[in-house]
Amino acid sequence: MSRSRAAIAWGALGVLAVLVAWELYKFLGPADGLIVGAVAGETGSGVMILPRTNDRAMPHIWDMVARLFQSASGGDTPPLIVPVVTAALTTLGIAAVGWLIGVAVGALLGLVMQRWRLAEWGLLPWIVVSQTVPLIAFAPLIASIGSQVDRAGTVPWPQWLSVAVIASYLAFFPVAVGVLRGLESPDRIHLDLMRTYAAGYWPTLFRLRLPAAVPHLLPALRLAAANAVVGAVVAEVSIGMRGGIGRMLIQLAGQGSSDPAAPWGPTFGSIALGLVAAGSVALVGLGLRNYRRGEAAV
Amino acid sequence: MSAVIAKGVGKTFGTKSGDVVALTDVELTVEPGEFVSLIGPSGCGKSTLLRLIADLDSATTGELEVFGKAARQARIDQDYGIAFQQAGLLPWRTVAGNIALPLELHGVSKKARADRVAELAALVGLDDFVDRYPDQLSGGMQQRVAIARALAEQPRLLLMDEPFGALDEMTREYLQGELARIAAETGAAVVFVTHSIPEAVFLSDRVVVMSPRPGRITDILTTGLGDARTEALRESPEYFERVTAVREALHGAPVERANER
Ligand SMILES: Nc1ncnc2c1ncn2[C@@H]1O[C@H](COP(=O)(O)OP(=O)(O)OP(=O)(O)O)[C@@H](O)[C@H]1O
Ligand SMILES: [Mg+2]
Repeated sequence: MSRSRAAIAWGALGVLAVLVAWELYKFLGPADGLIVGAVAGETGSGVMILPRTNDRAMPHIWDMVARLFQSASGGDTPPLIVPVVTAALTTLGIAAVGWLIGVAVGALLGLVMQRWRLAEWGLLPWIVVSQTVPLIAFAPLIASIGSQVDRAGTVPWPQWLSVAVIASYLAFFPVAVGVLRGLESPDRIHLDLMRTYAAGYWPTLFRLRLPAAVPHLLPALRLAAANAVVGAVVAEVSIGMRGGIGRMLIQLAGQGSSDPAAPWGPTFGSIALGLVAAGSVALVGLGLRNYRRGEAAV
Repeated sequence: MSAVIAKGVGKTFGTKSGDVVALTDVELTVEPGEFVSLIGPSGCGKSTLLRLIADLDSATTGELEVFGKAARQARIDQDYGIAFQQAGLLPWRTVAGNIALPLELHGVSKKARADRVAELAALVGLDDFVDRYPDQLSGGMQQRVAIARALAEQPRLLLMDEPFGALDEMTREYLQGELARIAAETGAAVVFVTHSIPEAVFLSDRVVVMSPRPGRITDILTTGLGDARTEALRESPEYFERVTAVREALHGAPVERANER
């Protein structure tokens, strides 16, 4: 237990270090940055080697936090934190659906690849290649397929489903690889033992391979959760879905010059989103503690 | 019906650098209730022979019968229990869960399982540890769990590959005594692989001496030490005589002896 407390302490220290570094640079750095090789009268010329520290470029941290509790867009609109939390929850829900799809597809691929050697040779290269296709290229494709399906009318395909599918595209990869490695991780002696018990594929899967895969599976699930969140945010932006944190980020960034602290609201929102997603998976790990004993033993 | 009959059994492994003859021409019979040790230098095919009997590998030549059936059928019928040099416990299962694994796989009811686990835990002296996990046990305790697991389905044949190889001398001698007692109580035949001459002599009715390149049986010695496997036996002259006999068989008998025969 003291180990986890130490981990929390180190984490808090890390966050604090970032905050201190921000304020320290803001205090010490040049207000208008440092630009070398600028040509007089030509805006945007030269190379900026130190970023600007004025309040527009780098608001104080306390201003960012205070902005969260001021009205979102003037008048009696609710404080900024309300739409931020709503948008973050919307994205979290979509990312969760994407995560579930990704985990299901990834686990299935991992199972198939472990069961049949030939499938591993045939599939694994494609799975690796799939991750090199940029999301930006791939997102509009899914969105247009989605809207065609939706227009055909037999199955409804709301926009958020496209976002979830795109998120799952990033999420399935670590799961497929983790499941494959995990299922192949049992020692020879354990496999021999199952053979002496005349246990077939399924009993061996449930009694040996799956439990043995847990230590590989948990990091894969955590990675998948982080990927699903990133995927969902990027997908929202690239297919222009409203209501999520990605869209809100872009929108408030556009008003950055007049309201510099505002875009930091959704930025914090998306950070919190990632933490909640990864934390939920850590909770799963807590329930599976006994299956990680192998890591400590021997 | 004999527990194991091997007739002209041979095993050749095909490897990238050519064929490796691990065993040739093995003739061996193990009677029910008999304790037989396999001893010999590293690489002489002891583990290979055990794995053939267990149907974890199949023989290239010859015939192998276990209780009058093909080795494969005997495996499917769960006629033997097996223990290896590593305990090979599943780290996520408690002692009780590990002992119960074969029973669970073969659909034994929960109640019957619990009874049998309690019985076996008592047999190997681990009553107080059934709820512990393997990483909370010493090496000797883990090995005792492995033996209990091997005995779970009351096999008539026990196959053991250097089960005490990784243990210190004290634990080793203690577990040898336990194993002798358990083997006598259950009446199971045992095929026991070891590197230790005293261990082989102390435990066995017969000691099978093997030699490498190619792996084969060079001698089979009957110990004739009777049924009493007590600590006193370790100090008796007959015991020392047998140890010497096995040592000579292993290192090649002195010339006079060879002439006498
Ligand atoms: N799977 C395998 N593939 C190729 N060669 C093998 C294989 N298993 C065993 N051998 C070879 O067969 C021979 C006998 O091996 P085996 O493991 O039976 O010896 P052993 O008597 O048990 O030795 P040790 O006392 O060191 O355990 C060795 O030369 C070994 O290299
Ligand atoms: Mg061996």
